[in-house]
Amino acid sequence: MLTEPARENGSIEALPSDVIALRNVSRRYGDAAAIEDLSLSIAAGEFFSLLGPSGCGKTTTLRLIAGFDRPQAGRILLQGRDLTEAPPHRRPVNLVFQNYALFPHLSVWDNVAFGPRSQRLTEPEIRRRVGEVLEVVRLPELARRRPHQLSGGQQQRVALARALVNAPAALLLDEPLAALDPDLRRTMRSELKRIQREVGITFLLVTHDREEALSLSDRLAVLHGGRLEQVGTPRQLYDHPRSAVVATFLGAANLLPEGAAGGLRLLRPERLRLSASPPTEGERGLRARVRELAFQGATVEVRLCCADDLPLIAIDTSAALPENLRIGTELWCRWDPADSHLLEASLP
Amino acid sequence: MLPLLALVPLSLSEPLSRFGLDTVFNGRIANYLEVLQTYGPILVRSFGFAAIATALGLVLAYPLAFAIRFRGGRWQPLLIGLVVLPSLTSYLVRAIAWTSLLGDNGPVLALVEALGLTGVLDGLGVLRDGRLLNTAAAVILGLTNNLLPFLVLPLVVAMERIDPRLLEAANDLHAGPLRSFVQVVWPLSLPGLGAGILLSLIPAAGDVVNPLFLGGPNERMIANTIDNLLLVQLQAPRAAALTLVLMALITLAVLLQLRGRGIEELPLP
Repeated sequence: MLTEPARENGSIEALPSDVIALRNVSRRYGDAAAIEDLSLSIAAGEFFSLLGPSGCGKTTTLRLIAGFDRPQAGRILLQGRDLTEAPPHRRPVNLVFQNYALFPHLSVWDNVAFGPRSQRLTEPEIRRRVGEVLEVVRLPELARRRPHQLSGGQQQRVALARALVNAPAALLLDEPLAALDPDLRRTMRSELKRIQREVGITFLLVTHDREEALSLSDRLAVLHGGRLEQVGTPRQLYDHPRSAVVATFLGAANLLPEGAAGGLRLLRPERLRLSASPPTEGERGLRARVRELAFQGATVEVRLCCADDLPLIAIDTSAALPENLRIGTELWCRWDPADSHLLEASLP
Repeated sequence: MLPLLALVPLSLSEPLSRFGLDTVFNGRIANYLEVLQTYGPILVRSFGFAAIATALGLVLAYPLAFAIRFRGGRWQPLLIGLVVLPSLTSYLVRAIAWTSLLGDNGPVLALVEALGLTGVLDGLGVLRDGRLLNTAAAVILGLTNNLLPFLVLPLVVAMERIDPRLLEAANDLHAGPLRSFVQVVWPLSLPGLGAGILLSLIPAAGDVVNPLFLGGPNERMIANTIDNLLLVQLQAPRAAALTLVLMALITLAVLLQLRGRGIEELPLP
């Protein structure tokens, strides 16, 4: 598996080794642009996520890559070949649908064997592949069941197997975990990661769940209003977002105004320390009053208000917080300037 | 069900006189043997006509239903309306309309003549001496027209339940349009197909109007015979026996259909 892509992480320049490359792709529906001038490259073996709120164009992007839709402008390259106009069944990618779209009249085995049979593989080869992939998703004993006899998590595994069995150049996943309840979602999240490591296939995940994107991806791209906001590793995007959109989409964010030109400085809530004592040398600090306290188990979320009505959020473990903290308490919010980050772009 | 049950004793009775409908019950099972012997061929013909009409109807209805479901878009309600609309007129009126369409001076024969097909169709037995009326073809055409909505609607309903994403999934799994249809649409439309066949076959087999208006004496179907037995020959017990035979055959068809569906729904062992 490739952990460090062979290029600068934020780069969108295509390399010949790229499994998926979008070049200046645009798709409009009527007057509304679903995606606009989108360029993106995904390397072999990468776990790549497209993250964004609903309506940001991420599902459109996935459907363009799968071939269910055509762009009005731009090219789509798969394994270096221009397949912009190719129909879905002639593309070396497979899609895991959001609602799984399993064939209700076919057994698990026949669902999984559907792709290999379409490709006219020999019967022994089909048996070998289907058997293998059912092992990978850990469902071999359910091969004769029908989809409606399976739980949501099992259906999800069948959907994965049905796509993986074709040994695609890239597996496309459309919000694959959205339909599962939270506990199962966590389990399946680590399962996704395990399966991706095991098969070594490029995964392109579309999601609106930032935790999912941050925890699974080698790299991710944040889409907003049909445009690419930023591409990079989860840590890069979390710590060094380019814009307020990326900063707030990847997690709770304090955005402090800086300078007269509308500049913004990002300060993640967990980087703030609350104390009665003023900042020491080299630290920065703001005087603030506690407005809300939310106990969240491992951590406590403190909402504060500064002198000029600037809201702040601090997140810390209960043990690290000053004692007797209650609503109305006045104290210091302190931080190390090195932990803050000046945004390139101003407010959206 | 009650009127049907009342037919059982009637079918085992004998008329009191040749001039009235009064009967006396005497357990006469011979009624059944007699009607089967006399009217067996008509029974076979009735189901034959119905089967051909249903088959013809399917050739029209399946692509029509497919187009309405998958290509209809926002026109879908209008298209369904157009399929159903003729059924809102009395089918007596429709049969009479067909007599003028298929008549000796009607547009259908004119078209056949213009295409130079008179000889061919005559040879095939579709026309009889250059005429369409009073032929089996005319009766079957009338039946097909009547049963079309009963085929289209269950098919559209069954296809409506096919998630279009299943077709995308098939396509994504390297199946072209033909394989997607054969492997996904066809099997998932079978319940609608079964229901449609039943809904058309039963009324078609028991039809009175089309053979009466569009067929000659040789195209009489079983319902005409029952009609005739009861109202002309005043043989109520035999009419009842024949009705029950017809009912038994139809029930058998329904049971076969239900059983077929049952097996399909069963989980694999």
